[in-house]
Amino acid sequence: MTLSEVRDRLEYQSLLLGTVVLVTCAVLAFAYQLTREPIRKALENDLLKNFSQVLPPTLHDNNLLDSQHHIQAPWGEITWYQATMEDEVTAVVLPLTAAGYAGDIEMLMSIREDGRIAGVRVLIHKETPGLGDKIEISRSPWITGFNGKSLSKPGPAGWAVKKDGGVFDQFTGATITPRAVVGSIKGALEFFEAHKATFLQPTPTTGGHADD
Amino acid sequence: MTDYKRLAKDGLWTNNMVFAQLLALCPVMAVTGTATNGLGMGLATLFVLVFSNLIVSLIRRFVSQAVRIPVYIVIIATLVTLTDMLINAYAYELYKVLGLFIALIVVNCAILGRAEAFASKNTLWDTLIDSLMMGIGLTLALVVIGAFREILGSGTLFANADLLLGSRFGFLEVTLIPDYKGFLVLLLPPGGFIAVGFLLVLKRWIDLRLSKDHTLPRESAGCTVESHG
Repeated sequence: MTLSEVRDRLEYQSLLLGTVVLVTCAVLAFAYQLTREPIRKALENDLLKNFSQVLPPTLHDNNLLDSQHHIQAPWGEITWYQATMEDEVTAVVLPLTAAGYAGDIEMLMSIREDGRIAGVRVLIHKETPGLGDKIEISRSPWITGFNGKSLSKPGPAGWAVKKDGGVFDQFTGATITPRAVVGSIKGALEFFEAHKATFLQPTPTTGGHADD
Repeated sequence: MTDYKRLAKDGLWTNNMVFAQLLALCPVMAVTGTATNGLGMGLATLFVLVFSNLIVSLIRRFVSQAVRIPVYIVIIATLVTLTDMLINAYAYELYKVLGLFIALIVVNCAILGRAEAFASKNTLWDTLIDSLMMGIGLTLALVVIGAFREILGSGTLFANADLLLGSRFGFLEVTLIPDYKGFLVLLLPPGGFIAVGFLLVLKRWIDLRLSKDHTLPRESAGCTVESHG
């Protein structure tokens, strides 16, 4: 039997399809093994880079990845991190989500143990380029205006954009985006205040670096 | 078909994936906000195109007519997944920009179209030349559209090129129009359609001029869609 005759048989076709899928799956499994570690490292580095943006290095001497905890926040289940300096809790880092103009705005913020904001950054957003995207640090320093603020400074009425009588700038042509960011940061501060005991309780590190 | 000059001309100009076949428009519109993103997407697609077509050409004698489409799709999907994992692992910054659209290469019908129309009927060597030329043609098209939108939209060219090519290529980044206020619509998806529209007109106009001078066959001016996909 020649190849062209065999080719049209049903058994051959099933066998061919099966072989192709088997080979490609094997290749993918192999590649997955190969890239798993670099991908995990890349994600970890990314996270550490984000941490270093919101948390000054003078505030912690621990590896934040070793002290992660989970808690149910009003904006969803979050993973938060405790920063310690010589085993004293100095700050916490937590992710938060705001409902922006064009979908969720993912942010990372750190709050000092006394309730002041150490830093906030927007990580992912879909706001309009040129208008709402000024919440990004690469477009505008606006987001650094939150540094040092707390619930008592500027006080409850001040936690709004200027248009609403607060102290934070809105952008020309975009009020919804900054309003959402300000609102959710205030919400995060209130959440921190309400669960202060949990957040600031010294916890054993979860990783293997307890000794150093 | 061993006329390499013709294959090259086909892939780069006459039968260009974007400007003649009008395929691959989803990634074209989505990622070409900057020339750098266009280049990254073009290179990723080039990689998938060349290797999938080589494999298809290699096994073309063994693939029966009835199951050829699933076989091609599985091969393409595997290569796309591989590309996705590799970029995620070794070029994470680029992955953050292109992320979603790398997975979408799999539904780029131009790749399946090339496998079906060319690779499954031609030798390994011819397939290599053809897919390289098609891929380079696509990459060039993406870079041109990206540059068009980036220059008019934000006044820069090859912004963030260092993320894609390493810091040595940082010199590619130029701000062409300082203190440019930006032209927002070109950066948004409608800008993609507008840019492609203008560039299509430009290509047709050049073709028309050439055909007057050399009385080329109509083929070069018309749309010669070859894909059956």
